[in-house]
Amino acid sequence: MSKTQEIVKKITGYHLFWPLFCLVIVLLFNLIKTPTFFDITIQNGVLYGYLIDVLNRSSELIILAVGMTLVVAASGGTDISVGAVSAFAGAVCIFALGTGETYQIPYIFGVLLAVLIGALCGAWNGFLVAKMKIQPMVATLILFTAGRGIAQLITGGNILYVKVDSFKRLGAFLPGVPIPTPIFIAVIVVIVTSLILKKTALGLYIQSVGINAKAAKLVGLNATVIQFLSYVFCGLCAGIAGLIITSRIYSIDANNAGLNIELDAILAVALGGNSLGGGKFSIAGSVIGAITIQALTTSLYAMKVTADQLPVYKAIVVIIIVALQSPELKKWMKHMRVKNSTQNVERVVEQ
Amino acid sequence: MKKKLVSMLLGLTMVGTALVGCSSAPAENSTPKETETKTEAPAKEETKTETPAEEAEEKTDELITIGFSQVGAESDWRVANTESMKSTLTEENGFNLIFADAQQKQENQIKAVRDFISQEVDVIVIAPVTETGWETVLGEAKDAEIPVIIVDRMIDVSDDSLYTCWVGSDFYQEGLDAVDWLTEYMDGLGRGQDQLNVAVLQGTIGSSAEIGRTKGVRDGLQEHSNYSIVLEQTGEFTQAKGQEVMESFLKSGEQIDILIAQNDNMAFGAIDALKAVGKKPAEDVVIVSFDAVKAAFESMIAGEMNVSVECNPLHGPRVAELAKAIMNGEEVEKIQYVEEGVFPADTAAEMLPTRVY
Repeated sequence: MSKTQEIVKKITGYHLFWPLFCLVIVLLFNLIKTPTFFDITIQNGVLYGYLIDVLNRSSELIILAVGMTLVVAASGGTDISVGAVSAFAGAVCIFALGTGETYQIPYIFGVLLAVLIGALCGAWNGFLVAKMKIQPMVATLILFTAGRGIAQLITGGNILYVKVDSFKRLGAFLPGVPIPTPIFIAVIVVIVTSLILKKTALGLYIQSVGINAKAAKLVGLNATVIQFLSYVFCGLCAGIAGLIITSRIYSIDANNAGLNIELDAILAVALGGNSLGGGKFSIAGSVIGAITIQALTTSLYAMKVTADQLPVYKAIVVIIIVALQSPELKKWMKHMRVKNSTQNVERVVEQ
Repeated sequence: MKKKLVSMLLGLTMVGTALVGCSSAPAENSTPKETETKTEAPAKEETKTETPAEEAEEKTDELITIGFSQVGAESDWRVANTESMKSTLTEENGFNLIFADAQQKQENQIKAVRDFISQEVDVIVIAPVTETGWETVLGEAKDAEIPVIIVDRMIDVSDDSLYTCWVGSDFYQEGLDAVDWLTEYMDGLGRGQDQLNVAVLQGTIGSSAEIGRTKGVRDGLQEHSNYSIVLEQTGEFTQAKGQEVMESFLKSGEQIDILIAQNDNMAFGAIDALKAVGKKPAEDVVIVSFDAVKAAFESMIAGEMNVSVECNPLHGPRVAELAKAIMNGEEVEKIQYVEEGVFPADTAAEMLPTRVY
């Protein structure tokens, strides 16, 4: 085997290679179709460009995907309630802050309340999954359906608007800062999570519980607590995402806030090369997956694909990306390559 | 310590869910109760009328009993729709209204209609949850010779004699009205003959409002060769998507003179996107919107929106008129559109106090 082949193998073997490869491919399409896609300028004192949009708009998805990754890794199941929990947390936050000219309670309490609600919802999910041993999808289905209902109860079925201008900062820009605030929040969430997982043994614990909960128990890990904590963390992320979602539109629309975002979050985890069966996981992979999803949406907008055809294109690209990462397909391609080369060798021998 | 904290959290969430369970339960129960108590009302009246003089009996005879099955209370628009029915179909106006909230479920509506038939109401009014699945129950109403008025959404039945008439919005006309206002406004600005680029934020693809408004706007603009639709994308009727798509529109390299948003919420999102890049909404980009909800009037007063074309939920008066006509044995038109206004920014301040939704 030549040296270049070895290098290629090393690169393609890197666990983030395929997720990154897919993201690059999606972006490369733009290079051909809309060359202005990569332009970044400063307009009105803030950064302006499609790439900024991609990062900005994918922020809440990144945050949710981080939480989802841990849930998937620890329990081998998905938390389908994150979208509804975001709406719930956002509704509580806005309800507590009030819709008057000034806040009813200090802003920071509103934020803490939203995060707390998220964590509580996560704790409920975690209790059902880790302690009661209910299938994750069924357990989280409860809040998936109830979450929006509770949010509707809180808002009285109306869209509540916050009139205080500073409420918009979280979802838009801080004064004097050219980068959208959601990007900062996403970066902070990712860094803090990675640090916790790397600096403590929690990452390893989650992985071992996900691979084999019984074996983990035998070596002295409390699988129940670890699964429980991963759901709490996922709920907490949903609360933070809910804050961004509501701040972007400075209002809570309980029907539409975070609608279907749980599916994108699960997809982000899958696109990041993580197994949905639990065990080994990569936060970075999920982040790349989340950015890929948003890059795809923004690219299709930029290419002016009409609204009725949009879902078709999305589906096709997702199929291709998932297929590219499928181990079976890789095995099959390897098999074909080996077959080809042996045929070549045979031909050479015959000659 | 940790364990205690965890168990405390758990306790809290459980209490929380239990509370929610309690508070949502009465809400669910309230509908049947409501219908029950209300359906009892006419029965009580009958027993009353037996004892007093004949006048009272005459009075109940004169009242037209209407059974109204409403979708639910999912939006301000719907609440205003219900309110309009309740405030118009009163005893003073000669009606006895039996109201049933279906909570967004067709099976509740079918049950309500069957109740209405067994109570022998004079007219059945349905605001359908879905378009399909009405044949059987409307057949029963027809057999009982009870006229049926459909409001808001249309129903899809093979035999249109199953209902007497339909009352609702003409989304296509709304689209045309918007273009009429727009061209007049641009003429007024002296830009009527300029080459003008239009961006359209569509609603949820396939919804009747989106189909009608898209077609209305397109057909309207076709008559003016200097207007061209350069960008068109769905914002799914939400503010968040409206903002996201508008951000993308702004970077497309196309000059945008006019934005047509197919509902107010998307327009709000688009306005934010414009403001973020330092463009002045309603000045740099003319903003045309639909629905005319209260918040849109506030936005117009703030000078950020130019016009909103109404989607009128106040079906009550028209339904009352129709019910009376039907009871008098008059023939009525099958399709009845409600009147819808166009509200430009300069009338917003005086109109706002009169808006109910």
